[in-house]
Amino acid sequence: MLNRPGAEALFRALCLVALTIPLAMLLVLLFHTFSEAYPRISWEFIIGYPSRKPALAGLLPALAGSFYLMILTGLMALPIGLAAALYLEEYAAPSALTRIIEVNINNLAGVPSIIYGLLGLELFVRAMSLERSLVAGAATLALLVLPMVIITSREALRSVPFSYREAALALGAEKWRTLLRVVLPMSLPGILTGLILAMARAIGETAPLITIGALTYIAFLPDSLQSPFTALPLQIFNWVSRPQAEFQVNAAAGIVVLVVLLMALNGLAIWLRARLQRRVYW
Amino acid sequence: MIPHSPEGLRTKPTFLERFMKGMLASCAGLSILTTAGIVVVLVYESVALLQEVPFWRFLADTQWTPLFAEKHFGIWPLVCGTFLTTAIALFVAVPLGLLAATFLSEFAAERSRRIVKPVMELLAGIPTIVYGYFALTFVTPVLQNVIPGLASFNALSPGIVMGIMIFPIIASLSEDSLYAVPASLREAALALGASRLATVLRVVIPTAFSGVTAAVVLGFSRAIGETMIVAIAAGQQPRFTLDPRVPIETMTAYIVQVSLGDTPTGTLEYRTIFAVGLLLFLFTLAMNLVGIRLRRQIVPGTL
Amino acid sequence: MRAGPLTATVMLCGCTAACLTWSSTAPRVQIDGSSTVYPIMEAVAEEFGKVQREVQITVGISGTGGGFKKFCSGEVDITDASRPIKPVEIKACAANDIAYIELPVAFDGLSVVVSPLNSWAYEITVEELKRMWEPPAQNTITRWNQIRPSWPDQPLNLFGAGVDSGTYDYFTAAIVGEEHSSRGDYTSSEDDNVVVQGIMNDENAIGFLGFAYYDQNRNKLRALAVDDQLADNGQGAVLPSPETVRNGTYQPLSRPLFVYVRDQSLQRPEVHDFVHFILTRAGPLVAEVGYIPFPDPLYQLVWERVASRRTGTLFEHGSQVGVSLEALFHEEREGTR
Repeated sequence: MLNRPGAEALFRALCLVALTIPLAMLLVLLFHTFSEAYPRISWEFIIGYPSRKPALAGLLPALAGSFYLMILTGLMALPIGLAAALYLEEYAAPSALTRIIEVNINNLAGVPSIIYGLLGLELFVRAMSLERSLVAGAATLALLVLPMVIITSREALRSVPFSYREAALALGAEKWRTLLRVVLPMSLPGILTGLILAMARAIGETAPLITIGALTYIAFLPDSLQSPFTALPLQIFNWVSRPQAEFQVNAAAGIVVLVVLLMALNGLAIWLRARLQRRVYW
Repeated sequence: MIPHSPEGLRTKPTFLERFMKGMLASCAGLSILTTAGIVVVLVYESVALLQEVPFWRFLADTQWTPLFAEKHFGIWPLVCGTFLTTAIALFVAVPLGLLAATFLSEFAAERSRRIVKPVMELLAGIPTIVYGYFALTFVTPVLQNVIPGLASFNALSPGIVMGIMIFPIIASLSEDSLYAVPASLREAALALGASRLATVLRVVIPTAFSGVTAAVVLGFSRAIGETMIVAIAAGQQPRFTLDPRVPIETMTAYIVQVSLGDTPTGTLEYRTIFAVGLLLFLFTLAMNLVGIRLRRQIVPGTL
Repeated sequence: MRAGPLTATVMLCGCTAACLTWSSTAPRVQIDGSSTVYPIMEAVAEEFGKVQREVQITVGISGTGGGFKKFCSGEVDITDASRPIKPVEIKACAANDIAYIELPVAFDGLSVVVSPLNSWAYEITVEELKRMWEPPAQNTITRWNQIRPSWPDQPLNLFGAGVDSGTYDYFTAAIVGEEHSSRGDYTSSEDDNVVVQGIMNDENAIGFLGFAYYDQNRNKLRALAVDDQLADNGQGAVLPSPETVRNGTYQPLSRPLFVYVRDQSLQRPEVHDFVHFILTRAGPLVAEVGYIPFPDPLYQLVWERVASRRTGTLFEHGSQVGVSLEALFHEEREGTR
């Protein structure tokens, strides 16, 4: 039966349908959201403050919170992640310990985000008494994206040809100097791309932030590391939870802003990689 | 990796060298600390809970009402809720993912592959709260027109949407392993007179079996740990049932429910979220290790 | 390697991070507590923010119980409650030296609601509600006709407030007869919005929530008239409405909503101004969000409690079902309490 002439065409068509169904659902999702959101998207919405009246409610504290969170998370995750990647790629000899660390990192990448929220709750909010502050949120998210940063940085370091390292050594440079002056600059595009993608992931995370304690009403911009905060996905979640239809419109509008921001970040990553890669070929 | 300098030329590394190596090593060690931290935190609170509630009560009961006056601690309702939504998600994602992967690897032109792969990555990058919103405001109302008696919170709607969410994982990883099947095997089958379809179904897919299994396992793990879609659309009623039309509660949604009430440290309620978290962690850990192991079998050197 | 865009980005990040100090000195009012009272507090905070822009106000919805836990450990200045403070909470506050001033701010007619798709239930008695919600009902009362034989043999889907909620405490006290005692197999949430969402499209659903959540969603919910089977407030079943709550005929589910303020916090001007704002602007705002405001003289009486820093509660023995607030204040002033 499998050798019949029509069977292959049928199977091929079936596979094509299987491929297009989820993509079609994605289009439906985007179309549904954008059309729901259309009445609310405006400049006032983006720079406004929350309100009990859906038509007046705005996104500014959530945007500010997400922005600060993203930067703080990046600042915390990059040095540690890059250092770990450097060690694993350049210094560590293959051994049982190294194996364990690598398996561990891969496992951490697959741990559900809410578990990181529980870790953040117990460690940062309660044990270190940071309360539900910007710095506690950023630290939790930094732990969440750390495996991703390590893995992408390692790939970037791996992409630098071996010959460059040997050439530097042959010229008398020490290991650390070689890394700093030769390997890192060459792998920088990949590292930065990985970092930006990690920050994009951090911006979209809701569960860990809810677990460390999310507030419902914040009408001011965070002005300190210990400030209470809200974030874009938290605000969307808050609006989705309200049964009034107008708040669902707000939620859709918030989603549109979030998706646009993510596309911008992804675009930035791609642009940065293309731009810097061109300059490094000396 | 940079090789060590040969004998005779070896000099003692400078202080800077040793210092930097130490710093970098400790950063790598931080990842171990993270896992240790997760385990310690989850186990610590769970042990504290076990001191108040004996272990058999978690297994012997089919009701989960730890917050109410009449306390039941059976974990089965939450586990059941998680597995029900996950099963629906896999039911959607595995056939679609596998067939899509077959198309991309065996039938598609190179140009289509180059367009479709980034689009799938786009699907994978959408924040889960967007999927949750979609499940509640679009999928549930549509399904309510088709299935009479479907409650506003149910397992079917988030299950289907989760299926869409894990579809890229399954499709992408399956496609990698299908692609990795050597051309010689395909050519041998064709040389023996098999049609292309027979080759795909009888030779390529079975060869890539462990890779496909790895993809399914990783997708399974992702679905188990999913929080926002079920928190928004599945409900908050722990129920020991396999009926996808009624409100249920998953392990992750329970943690969110209690966290929204912001319980203080040291109370019974606080400890229950860590106990549930521990269970969740063990499930996903087991799945992840199996998945990593399977992937190493098909593509050595990959992690 | 030329740095241009790279250094620009890094400098931008650095500057933004530097804008954040370690801890803030801005005046702050921290509020938490009941999800039932939340709409009132949200409206007040929003209007207050228009008048005093520099004050940072945060409002959480941990539930009445959760709010009290934070309040008695000194984490928040104000807690919202849809029931009076309980003895165990009074003790906790005393243990941490937290003196509180109890401020009733509105009336609520706790509503029993069903979906508009429900074609059989329009009124219900207290006795039927009790049989529906008491602990023995867990896993045994699961169909509508078990409550009233004339109702259809269809599944009973229950929704309601969670255990940290004052609404839960009050409902169980008034209906089951014992506070905090109910069946556990229903969809419970600290957030009344979840109750609305669960009920609105399900003809077999029934639940209870604060009146404002019903009032703001009249096109999605139908309130049942409640019959308390007592003769002293008129015969028959009574629908919740501002009138029936005010004249005391919607029983036993009429209740006051409270705000508790920490005495020490009142010394900070921003908290003092905020509380004054609540009591002077409460009338229209409470009505706007859907609850039942007091008559103005009563708000005056409440402000006097604040002004004279009268701490402690009028409800030491729990919710007083059916007693008027004016009477309680009067007795307090006369010193007969």
